[in-house]
Amino acid sequence: MAVIECNDVSIRYITGDFKSIGLKEFIMRKLTNNFHVKEFWADRHVTFTIEKGDMLGIIGSNGAGKSTLLKAVTGIMLPTGGHIKTNGRIAALLELASGFDPHMTVRENTYLRGAMLGYTKEFLDEKYEEIIAFAELEEFEDYMFKQLSSGMKSRLAFSVACLVNPDILILDEVLSVGDGAFRKKSGDKMMEILSGGTTGVLVSHSIEQVRDLCNKILWLDHGNQIAFSEDVRLYCDAYEEFLFTKELPQNDGDIERLAHNFGVRMEEERKRNEEQEVDRLERILEEGHSDAAINAAIRVLQKGRPEALIDQYR
Amino acid sequence: MLSKTIKRVSRNMKENAFLFTELVNRDFQQRYKRTVLGMAWSILSPLLQLLVMMVVFSHMFGRGVEHYTIYLFAGNITFSYFSESTNNGMRSLMENSAILSKINVPKYLFLLSQNVSALINYALTIAVFFLFCIGDGIKFTPAFFTLWYPILCFVIMNIGIGMVLSALYVFFRDIAYLYRVFLTLLSYLSAIFYTIDSFPATFQRLFLLNPVYVNIKFWRLVVLDGIVPSAMYHLLLAGYAVLFLAIGAFFYKKFNHRFVYYF
Repeated sequence: MAVIECNDVSIRYITGDFKSIGLKEFIMRKLTNNFHVKEFWADRHVTFTIEKGDMLGIIGSNGAGKSTLLKAVTGIMLPTGGHIKTNGRIAALLELASGFDPHMTVRENTYLRGAMLGYTKEFLDEKYEEIIAFAELEEFEDYMFKQLSSGMKSRLAFSVACLVNPDILILDEVLSVGDGAFRKKSGDKMMEILSGGTTGVLVSHSIEQVRDLCNKILWLDHGNQIAFSEDVRLYCDAYEEFLFTKELPQNDGDIERLAHNFGVRMEEERKRNEEQEVDRLERILEEGHSDAAINAAIRVLQKGRPEALIDQYR
Repeated sequence: MLSKTIKRVSRNMKENAFLFTELVNRDFQQRYKRTVLGMAWSILSPLLQLLVMMVVFSHMFGRGVEHYTIYLFAGNITFSYFSESTNNGMRSLMENSAILSKINVPKYLFLLSQNVSALINYALTIAVFFLFCIGDGIKFTPAFFTLWYPILCFVIMNIGIGMVLSALYVFFRDIAYLYRVFLTLLSYLSAIFYTIDSFPATFQRLFLLNPVYVNIKFWRLVVLDGIVPSAMYHLLLAGYAVLFLAIGAFFYKKFNHRFVYYF
């Protein structure tokens, strides 16, 4: 059974209507027949289906419509066209740190946010310590929220949101929260949730993450769906080549070609790097003064490129 | 269809009961954050207002009105409640836009929680009002037991008006200014500090078009005259409540899904 089914979804924003110009301008322009709105399609005809246990990666450059699409999936927005069906309880982590009350304490904010995410009071009473411990905020429980550093804020937001085991987990650029240690911890937590059979949707600018975590991929560009596929590797390759050349693929042939070019380019780059490395090592051999450096360089070269070593060192 | 809507709303309320109490808690706390006197302001501010109005108006309009203080006070607290609950209701969606555009929660909860915290405030002022009644030698009659009725009708009406205003406020920020002017006008038309006896009878009837006036009149009939108001007053209050709730629900339903585009 499909867990998320997006059928021909389009989402339109309207700009330049009465909100931005005020009531007076609105009436004036209406009267003079000078009232125009501009349309902006954040998403156009997006169609995809994911099953239980799938992990979908959504890629695309800034303004591709990724976050807007997620808002529609979580039910915050109603699509202008098409329809979305979801099965199960959704936990969405979108731009985490916003929406907290700066004048309330960490404790109060934890409860308030928990309540918004649909937890019960008993559940929160039970999990509260765990949430604070995971966010590493034990010493800050009674601080005002605004007194926290921005890293701490995101950590709290992440901890509150991740303690449930949802059926569908939606992640918008949240695996890059906090410092290195916390990032690792949150990544592990994510993996733990996902390995429990949760269906996930991940928006990330880190292609490596998408390669590692996802088994389906959706590529958006300026609201248009470029591809939806299970061949994550191929499309990641093509996408990275697209980021390099800015050439948008028109058909499957283009995708193949882009992915191929990417492979070629990567191979060239690898060779170039290797050569640079060898050059560097050889310089050490020729000009190096310390025995330790020379010995180390010899060892590295023996391992990687024995043919580059001249006979006397072999 | 109506019963279905009511069922859905009540199911939502049950599911979100915890969120709702947290929101009420927050709204009530926010009100007096960083004040020295805290909740005492709920009582002090209507008292100070009353004092000012007494000083200004008692010589001009107070002659010949028995228990003018109570007359004035009844009008004042009722109007203050109306103004506060509709004003806060108007801002309830916009002020929580950061939350509403990130988390999928029923939007009307924010409006209702503002109304509840305004209602708590109102209850406090009513308690003070009754203390004044005792001090002024008002006789407590069985008619006082009907006072739950105008309060209930007012709560429903205010929620309806809040729904209309909060929807409009999302689209037109100008509404806040317009509404402020409108409230000033309405306060003069609600006979808070004067009596309408001196107007011709036909003109007096026009006052019944103002729901706030009808509500204040209800209170005065009970408290000052010790009588249960006629069926007309009951019907008028219920009519206004249902009318505004219906308009509010219509607005809310129509624009509910478009709010998020404008936050």
